[in-house]
Amino acid sequence: MKTKKYEEVIKNHEVKPNYVKNALVSFFFGGLICAGGQLLIEMYVHWFGFVRETASTLALVTVILIASVATGLGIYDEFGQIAKAGAFVPITGFANSLTSAALESKSEGVVLGIATNLFKLAGAVIVFAVVSAYVFGILRYLLIEFNVLS
Amino acid sequence: MIFLKAFIVGGLICALGQLILDFFKLTPAHITCGFVVTGAALDVFGLYDRLIEFAGAGAQLPIMSFGHSVIHGAMEKSEQLGFIGIGMGMFDLTAVGITAAILFAFIIALVFKPKG
Repeated sequence: MKTKKYEEVIKNHEVKPNYVKNALVSFFFGGLICAGGQLLIEMYVHWFGFVRETASTLALVTVILIASVATGLGIYDEFGQIAKAGAFVPITGFANSLTSAALESKSEGVVLGIATNLFKLAGAVIVFAVVSAYVFGILRYLLIEFNVLS
Repeated sequence: MIFLKAFIVGGLICALGQLILDFFKLTPAHITCGFVVTGAALDVFGLYDRLIEFAGAGAQLPIMSFGHSVIHGAMEKSEQLGFIGIGMGMFDLTAVGITAAILFAFIIALVFKPKG
């Protein structure tokens, strides 16, 4: 009975997230990062004469580098507070999770701190990518094998 | 024009992530994992490739494309080598991103001091 009342009180005082504002902010900053990535691709294609595929890869690496440095300087975390999903959904968020996990555990040493904890946050993404790629990959392989897909 | 497409598609994916986060009270880790699985699922019928063709970086930068790249490399390899290729090609396309992120994260963790 007491816990029920407690939960009720908590519920009344809970701050409801501002759905529309959060979504718009995420849209704006996430879109900005993607447009910036596109700008990098065009730059690599037109100024340095790379093939589009190579340019995309280079742009990806550049974006990861920028995000890692920004994390090291402590800028990315502040950006994340403002941009919300606009900061963690793009690949920059992946780079940020690696770098911040490594930085946080720096005090435990290079091997047991930095290297061991590097994938503390980002590991989940890789695990799910590999497991789902196996499941869907086998599915697609079988569909092609039995001529359902071409 | 391609910039506008990248902005809108990339922004929409991020906004979708934020809406799911707020409505179901999840953590960012849940969203990124869910998006990776979604990206892999969309590649079964080649749908994500069309999105990349349409929006460029707007589809390539969100974490969804990570799932898409993982399964894409697996399928490419399995076309040459059969069933075993699924496992062999899985990191073919994502290797650059992962190795770059590891390298930069390691160097920066060595050089910078943790903030806060």
